Amino acid sequence: MTDTGLTGNDSLILPPLAGPGRRATARKAALALSALVLAGLIGMAIFAPLAAPYDPMEINLEERLAPISSRHWLGTDHLGRDVLSRLIWGARASMGSVVVIAGLIMATGFITGAFSGYIGGRTDSVIMRVCEAFMTFPTFILALFLIGVLGTGLTNVILAIVLTHWAWYARIIRGMVMNLKNRDFILAARVAGGGPVKIFLRHIAPPVLAQLVILASLDLGHMMLHVSGLSFLGLGIQPPTPEWGCMINDARQQIWTNPELAIIPGVMIFLTVLAFNIPGDILRDKLDPTLVERE
Amino acid sequence: MLKFIIKRLLTLVPLLLAVSVVVFLLLRLGPNDPAMSYLRLSNIPPTDAALAEARATLGLDRPVAVQYFAWLGRALRLDFGISYVTKAPVTDHLLHYLPNTLYLAGVSILMTIGLSLPLGIMAARYQGRWPDHLSRALAYIGVSTPSFWLAFLMIMLFSVKLGWLPTRGLGGLSHVIMPAFSVALMSLCINMRLIRGNMLEQTHTRQVLYARIRGVKEGYITRGHVLKNSLIPVVTALGMHIGEILGGAVVAEVIFAWPGVGRYMVSAIFNRDFPVMQCFILMMTTIFVLCNLFTDILYAAIDPRMRLANEGSGND
Repeated sequence: MTDTGLTGNDSLILPPLAGPGRRATARKAALALSALVLAGLIGMAIFAPLAAPYDPMEINLEERLAPISSRHWLGTDHLGRDVLSRLIWGARASMGSVVVIAGLIMATGFITGAFSGYIGGRTDSVIMRVCEAFMTFPTFILALFLIGVLGTGLTNVILAIVLTHWAWYARIIRGMVMNLKNRDFILAARVAGGGPVKIFLRHIAPPVLAQLVILASLDLGHMMLHVSGLSFLGLGIQPPTPEWGCMINDARQQIWTNPELAIIPGVMIFLTVLAFNIPGDILRDKLDPTLVERE
Repeated sequence: MLKFIIKRLLTLVPLLLAVSVVVFLLLRLGPNDPAMSYLRLSNIPPTDAALAEARATLGLDRPVAVQYFAWLGRALRLDFGISYVTKAPVTDHLLHYLPNTLYLAGVSILMTIGLSLPLGIMAARYQGRWPDHLSRALAYIGVSTPSFWLAFLMIMLFSVKLGWLPTRGLGGLSHVIMPAFSVALMSLCINMRLIRGNMLEQTHTRQVLYARIRGVKEGYITRGHVLKNSLIPVVTALGMHIGEILGGAVVAEVIFAWPGVGRYMVSAIFNRDFPVMQCFILMMTTIFVLCNLFTDILYAAIDPRMRLANEGSGND
């Protein structure tokens, strides 16, 4: 099997934005803008009960498909629910699930990868064979199958995405740990009388964890697209709970009459993924010294 | 070369076996009892006697290892059992829909290659000028756009507003354009930037410098030295994109009412039709693995270094 490192959008190689002048300014502006968007979205997710003008699940059939007005800033959907309120509450499900997924993938990837790399031997080869088996599947196809097995719902979507991505992380972390394990400073620590657990916790875990966080941050946009795609198919969060992918699915019947119902939640997903991807790419360029030579 | 192909083919055997174990175990360890789904979809009330009988028919009362090997034996003969819904062989259903999915995926791959190649070359050629900036902006937008949303935007523009393209079903070439493009966009953007990056990397190599010193024409350098070498990693990346495209096709099939295996799979998920799911995932994974094998062979064919390394030190 070919090894290209991470999943999907990792292979997006954007040019180095190195060099002073206009480019650096543009990069700073892009970063600031992404940070602003993300801060806004996180704020929306946290303060949804305060920020939303209406109850996002309140059905009001008399006002269904209302146009944009001062009462309903973004109109209402086919059940008369306020679109703006649903968008704000939707941030909670969408952002929340991405955060949980990233945390779980990091945890499972770190535990299995570090265990495998640090202990080595037969344990290592067994864990790696399991990883390879998981990496053989196309990720989205495996996620679909897992949801089929586990049943629909947001929890199962989260589980499915974690199970389809952990192996890639475990492999990378194993490599990092094995690389560190054979360094001289580890030998020195061992000579100085440090036990294996202590050496791992003090000398190996911290640098690996730092890189792990960066790796996961590069993948956030990709995870978001996975979650919203599965929700769109109706496999994720169940109605009437608001979620962006789900809202687009709801709007399918109104596409001829009220296209804005599908456009608006899509803009939210798009902006979120973009705000995740831009800092990720800039970070990658900064960290990858081989890219700079291409300039 | 033949030796290399045979070697690569042999590595697929343990890989696909591992895949089958994972698929089998996930289903058995899952919280849902297949016998329960079987009864529900057959409209039989789930009494204890009926459950026991369903378990016996489905072979669920035997030890797990026995079940696995029996299942594997039948799967190798392409027998994945009968659908709980239609009571017809699952393989027949899926093979019926498969050509449509392969058609959609094939057009998507052609779009990915056909569009990323000229756009990537343009971006590299005009590095730092407006075509390059435009392609970067497009790449950012492309990888951040959810494919299902893009599909809706296209339907709104090309079907609702302009009335140019049909919104659903299988038909002539006009039916495949929108679904295939919504599937291809992500891979297309990634590939475009990959080609650009590789080409810029190649222009700074010594052989290109030497060719320039020799006075070789710039057009020939681009075609003969730069492009040829930059396409090698693209072939490998394409193997990975096929996985994304097969996954993306599921979403596109649902939106555009495309009669493919993905759409059938989604309805099977809602019905808890387990044999369909098993057959679907094994079918898709096998296609994916074979595509990767094909790109590996292609890679070896165009890059002699790779072939020699593989023949010299053995595979893996």
